[in-house]
Amino acid sequence: MRAVKILERVLSTLPIMLGVAIIVFFFIRLTPGDPVDIMMGRGGAVSAAEIEQLRHQFHLDQPLYVQLWYFLRDVSRGNLGYSYIRNKPVVELLAERLPATIELTLGSLLVSLIIATPIGILSAVRQNSLLDRFSMAGAFLGISMPGFWLGIILILLFAVHLQWLPAQGRLSYGLPLRELTGLHVLDSLLRGNMPALANSIKHLLLPSVTLGAGVAAIVARVLRSSMLEVLRSDYIKLARSKGATEWRVVIRHALRNALIPTVTVVGLQFGVLLGGNMIVEAVFSWPGLGRLVVDAIFNRDFPLIQGAVMIYAITFVLVNLVVDVLYTYLNPQITL
Amino acid sequence: MPAKAIYWGEVWRIRLRLWRGRLAEFGYALWQRPVVLLGGIVVAAFLLAALLAEQVTIHNPMRGSLLLRFEPPAWHAGGKWAYPLGTDDQGRDLLTRIIFGTRVSLVVGLLTVGISVAAGTVLGAAAGYYRGWLDELLSRFADLLLAFPFLIFAIGVMAFLGPGFVNLVMALAFKGWVEFFRLARGEMLAERTKEYVFAARVAGQGHAAIIASEILPNIIQSVFVLSTLRLGYMIIMEASLSFIGLGIQPPTPAWGSMVASGRDYMLRAWWVATFPGVAILLLVMAINVFGEGLRDILDPRLKIE
Repeated sequence: MRAVKILERVLSTLPIMLGVAIIVFFFIRLTPGDPVDIMMGRGGAVSAAEIEQLRHQFHLDQPLYVQLWYFLRDVSRGNLGYSYIRNKPVVELLAERLPATIELTLGSLLVSLIIATPIGILSAVRQNSLLDRFSMAGAFLGISMPGFWLGIILILLFAVHLQWLPAQGRLSYGLPLRELTGLHVLDSLLRGNMPALANSIKHLLLPSVTLGAGVAAIVARVLRSSMLEVLRSDYIKLARSKGATEWRVVIRHALRNALIPTVTVVGLQFGVLLGGNMIVEAVFSWPGLGRLVVDAIFNRDFPLIQGAVMIYAITFVLVNLVVDVLYTYLNPQITL
Repeated sequence: MPAKAIYWGEVWRIRLRLWRGRLAEFGYALWQRPVVLLGGIVVAAFLLAALLAEQVTIHNPMRGSLLLRFEPPAWHAGGKWAYPLGTDDQGRDLLTRIIFGTRVSLVVGLLTVGISVAAGTVLGAAAGYYRGWLDELLSRFADLLLAFPFLIFAIGVMAFLGPGFVNLVMALAFKGWVEFFRLARGEMLAERTKEYVFAARVAGQGHAAIIASEILPNIIQSVFVLSTLRLGYMIIMEASLSFIGLGIQPPTPAWGSMVASGRDYMLRAWWVATFPGVAILLLVMAINVFGEGLRDILDPRLKIE
């Protein structure tokens, strides 16, 4: 029965993805100016005949709903357009940069969970203690801080002043690394390349902390408040009266239930990670999707921007789907 | 005087008295929370700075002297008190630019939140009250917009629309109204089954009048709390977009673009990129502290994350 519900949930994302594609389709129509010009990146010294031919090729001489149909058909076949600025299909460009962005996103998620989980739990267990007050103040700071500024401050502090960590890029020049997955940290681990491992972790650290800080702040707060609620409930009193150690009570019983709303928030925060991704990659010159988009904006490479926005949105939808399914496993009371 | 006028007169007199009482309560509650009060004062200070920018500054925010490039902050060796936070790459006083930048941030933030609140609340109340196809259509559209992460959507729209003040506000508001829509709709769904609504219908009041005069005042409070919390977020969004060049364009002082241009000179003039960011941090923190305090005072049951 659960499997059917899960399937239903999966299928319900399809109309959303369709809607996303339609909205992105209309994005490019927002730009004032000639669509062919826009597609070509306005570099073109193209003749009038060529423009007509391209116009026919792009189906721009057809009514809007026909164009939409062609667009959707292309997308469903995996064709996200062609970047004339970089002379490659959009999908290829995105695929090249994807591993770097995945690595950054995973790194940030890891950092934020490592920071937020102990802080959230301890703040709840020791409510109103000094630790609690400091952590919540810190969390407040975290949600009020602009990400790009945090990145710059971290660079100033750790890369320029203390010179402990590098300021940009993924791997220092001259360090050979044969790639497997495209995730440098993972690859160097798999290949037993210790210098590359240390180096890639050093490069990953500052960007991950920058991106993860905001998410950590929110997750810590949510975890703390849900833990507080849970710790007041009757079954916790029961566990305590049964003689379970405080540790067992907190971790096995309270945390499990407190995780439920927290997981949902983490799923939503993934959107923040995806968005902030662009900013952080720009600050740290991280060669990922985000930086690609920022450059594409600068170069007016509209097909690329269109494809990237769609990928980001669809990723977010899928992540939330996974979170929802996970939620049913965590919370036996909810049946999708 | 006709009976209806007397009745409404009384209603408003009672309401005024209630409001005065509530205001006194509110003031006392604020007094009991000094941190929140401090937040409110900081926000007020920024507001004043934005309004009186020309009066409180001596330098020109747009034109500087190239002889005065990269003056360090006043407390540094070689710094001058005439330029308390130093100067930027064009010799413009940083403090002056930051004060003028407050205008941009506050105007964009307030306008965006204002439009989001207006559109979202009206549509949400309508959807929640009338239900049917209107509700279906709007809710589906809202869900669709939620599929996009905020910044991604804003960047997507701005990349195609082009940078600029109006485009920025439109892009941010287009994503921002969804939250208020959901809030208003939820509250409306809860309120519409209550007795006073039924009583008003029986008394012969039209639908729109009921929504406006009876239900909305009850919804306004939670909408207001959410809007103060969202203001800080919108300001950060504006700064982020300006940082990557999609927001307010230079030479108009905007904190985000100031940080971006300061980045190139980080090694020899760290203050150019740092202080605008501090301004963002202070303003957003003050807004958040005040907003959360407000929620605490007005309705502690409301836990909006």
